Amino acid sequence: MTFAVIVFPGSNSDYDAFHAASAVVGAEASLVWHKDTSLGGADAVILPGGFAHGDYLRTGAIAKFSPIMAAVRAFAERGGPVLGICNGFQVLLEAGLLPGAMVRNRGIKFVSKMVPVRVDATDTPFTGACAAGQVLHMPIAHGEGNYFAEPAVIEALERDRQVVFRYVDETGQASAAGNPNGSINNIAGICNARRNVVGLMPHPERACEASLGSADGRLVLDSMVQAFAAGVAGGRSLA
Amino acid sequence: MRARVYVTLKPSVFDPQGRVVAEALHTLGYGDVRDVRQGKFFEVELEGDDRASAEARVAEMAATLLANPVIESYRVEVL
Repeated sequence: MTFAVIVFPGSNSDYDAFHAASAVVGAEASLVWHKDTSLGGADAVILPGGFAHGDYLRTGAIAKFSPIMAAVRAFAERGGPVLGICNGFQVLLEAGLLPGAMVRNRGIKFVSKMVPVRVDATDTPFTGACAAGQVLHMPIAHGEGNYFAEPAVIEALERDRQVVFRYVDETGQASAAGNPNGSINNIAGICNARRNVVGLMPHPERACEASLGSADGRLVLDSMVQAFAAGVAGGRSLA
Repeated sequence: MRARVYVTLKPSVFDPQGRVVAEALHTLGYGDVRDVRQGKFFEVELEGDDRASAEARVAEMAATLLANPVIESYRVEVL
């Protein structure tokens, strides 16, 4: 299985994602420059964290027009698994591949800390290896992670179980105390209707080894590998 | 020809930065400040002299790039 990790000018978690996919999980991984127009036959795409194009104008606003995004969009439309982490989530929102938008954290501050995140949907290629309701400890590091969408959109996301990850407190409840940035309904990550595109603000790729404080994020990458293996066994190819 | 674009958060979107500015103004003694909404302002220099066409093109630019219609609204002025 091959992961394509997209590199925008200003990405800073690209090598973390590359390391997690290759050295930790043992898959193939390639770094794909944002001006490229092909994903090189990859089986999964990761849009990494960072500050693509310096976050100028709005987070992800310039990146959505990078040449590689046409290939990412086509890959997603064919059902290929696309994971947007932090800034990568913001890019997916700006590109319209996921609904909603990010605004400045409610408390104004850039928040960088390990947080508990509950898996609320396991039927995605990114969470199949998790137990329903499992709480993962992963770091967040963002100034604009306050998820916003109009009430009708939130209602549809909840109804169709598209909220994949939710910020919780240490007891596993999606309380105000467990909400680090003001996101509506403690939303930390969502998927599209087809469930093959997921964006989340926490960083699974920075929590794949015990020496980093948590290895819980590895479940997200393991899920992708499992989903790919199941697809191959079922005779499906997404790339 | 020059156009101005004003981008603001929609009324339904909470503006944490505007809130902090309002609180700072209160601290400075401006107790009559009810609320502050922070936005963005763009000046766009254009070739040509057709005002109607310029207004339509700048509105298109605002909808495509300058504003995110999910959370922001915009207003265009051609000078």
